[in-house]
Amino acid sequence: MSQASSSEALITMSGVDKWYGDFHALKGVDLEVRRGEKIVLCGPSGSGKSTLIRCINHLETIQKGRIVVDGIALDDSARVVDAVRREVGMVFQSFNLFPHMTVLENCTLAPMRVRKVSPADAKATARKYLEKVRIGEQANKYPAQLSGGQQQRVAIARALCMEPKAMLFDEPTSALDPEMVKEVLDTMIGLAREGMTMVCVTHEMGFARQVADRVVFMADGEILEAAEPETFFKNPQNPRARTFLGEILAHH
Amino acid sequence: MGYTLDFQPVIAGLPDLLKGCAGTLLLAFSGMILSLAIGIGGVAVRGSSVRTARWAVIAFVELIRNTPFLVQIYFVFFALPLVGIRLPPTPTAIIALGLNGGAYAIEIIRGGVQSIHRGQIEAGLALGLPRRDIFRFVVLRPALRAVYPSLTGQFIMLTLTTSIASAIAAYELTSVAKLIENESFRSFEVYGTITLLYLLMSWGIMQAFGLVGRRYFDYPVK
Ligand SMILES: Nc1ncnc2c1ncn2[C@@H]1O[C@H](COP(=O)(O)OP(=O)(O)OP(=O)(O)O)[C@@H](O)[C@H]1O
Ligand SMILES: [Mg+2]
Repeated sequence: MSQASSSEALITMSGVDKWYGDFHALKGVDLEVRRGEKIVLCGPSGSGKSTLIRCINHLETIQKGRIVVDGIALDDSARVVDAVRREVGMVFQSFNLFPHMTVLENCTLAPMRVRKVSPADAKATARKYLEKVRIGEQANKYPAQLSGGQQQRVAIARALCMEPKAMLFDEPTSALDPEMVKEVLDTMIGLAREGMTMVCVTHEMGFARQVADRVVFMADGEILEAAEPETFFKNPQNPRARTFLGEILAHH
Repeated sequence: MGYTLDFQPVIAGLPDLLKGCAGTLLLAFSGMILSLAIGIGGVAVRGSSVRTARWAVIAFVELIRNTPFLVQIYFVFFALPLVGIRLPPTPTAIIALGLNGGAYAIEIIRGGVQSIHRGQIEAGLALGLPRRDIFRFVVLRPALRAVYPSLTGQFIMLTLTTSIASAIAAYELTSVAKLIENESFRSFEVYGTITLLYLLMSWGIMQAFGLVGRRYFDYPVK
């Protein structure tokens, strides 16, 4: 079900090492994400999945290696970091909507402040994306008045309002009640169909099968396997990947 | 042992006492605004990446919180002229009250900022917002909401502290009361009356804060 993606790399990580103090969290990570490509990142707890995607938008700093996003080589300068963050949206497990702003205000703040879009244009864009995640009628509500699934869809819309070139998802459905997982996954599937470049940390293997171009498996800070979903699920090469798949499939 | 109450001087001085109340409220509100500005600005600087600025804020807070207000107000009163700034007592008192209240406000608001979930800041960063925008638009309002009761308490405290400004003869209720007492020797009646007036003002300010808080922080939370 995967779509053709261009051969041009949008995100490149090469030889990335990351330490938290003495703890070696990412070990020589190489990963290339092509424009339009959808990657599902999985692996046991503590393997470094969140760390990896948080390095891409510089929520974490790296000590070795190189990360290039849309032709911009990340360093620690505010100018470069801001440039990368403008092009990369992120969705968190815990939504992180701003509680004191309405849904609409959540969606218009960054475009107005960062992209200097006029309030009217920002609102129009926000309404467009809120419609797209099918939550247009809740625009004037506050986050606390929405269900978890609705909040996460707003968070997706909020990120899209910046018109990013890529979207990072860190376990976007893990904090949701089971009955709300599908509405969020459906939104993400829609986004994938439109050709958005996506890196998703998720254990939703159905989603991976449906949209991923590649499944990347991590353990102990290393990428141990990367393959198309069919190959990965049918015939995982790495023994740790086999164990991992066995465990999560037993849970589902 | 007859102490006969005589409220005649108080009644005669009531217009002056009420003007004194207005003076007190002027000191209090001006002091609060200055405190709030110093509090918010101080917290912003305290969280900045400029180390000397951070230390300056910490030193300021420690200095204010570990010295008596009476000494602070005298210091401002006598130190400003030395650097060529000559101000009447009332503006001097406002500055002293603002500095004092500001130091406490910094500590209170900082607590509020620390109570904000890290994910809020990360969401702001991920959206590309610069740090000062994250402070201003994402963190500040929920932080103030979280500490609003403490802030209200601190500002009631500031209102009562205005009476110390009588030491430099700023125009406020306690100075007015001292004058009436000096002329009439009706200490009990005079101070009894202003006790009541302070109580009423505190209560009024508390109500006002409640009203403002309900408007400004009127968003639902889970
Ligand atoms: N700020 C931090 N300071 C120190 N160690 C950290 C920090 N953040 C993460 N770690 C450690 O780095 C390792 C990788 O963490 P990370 O959150 O990337 O794992 P993960 O694969 O996302 O796990 P999970 O599935 O539980 O979310 C873990 O061992 C974690 O304890
Ligand atoms: Mg994680």
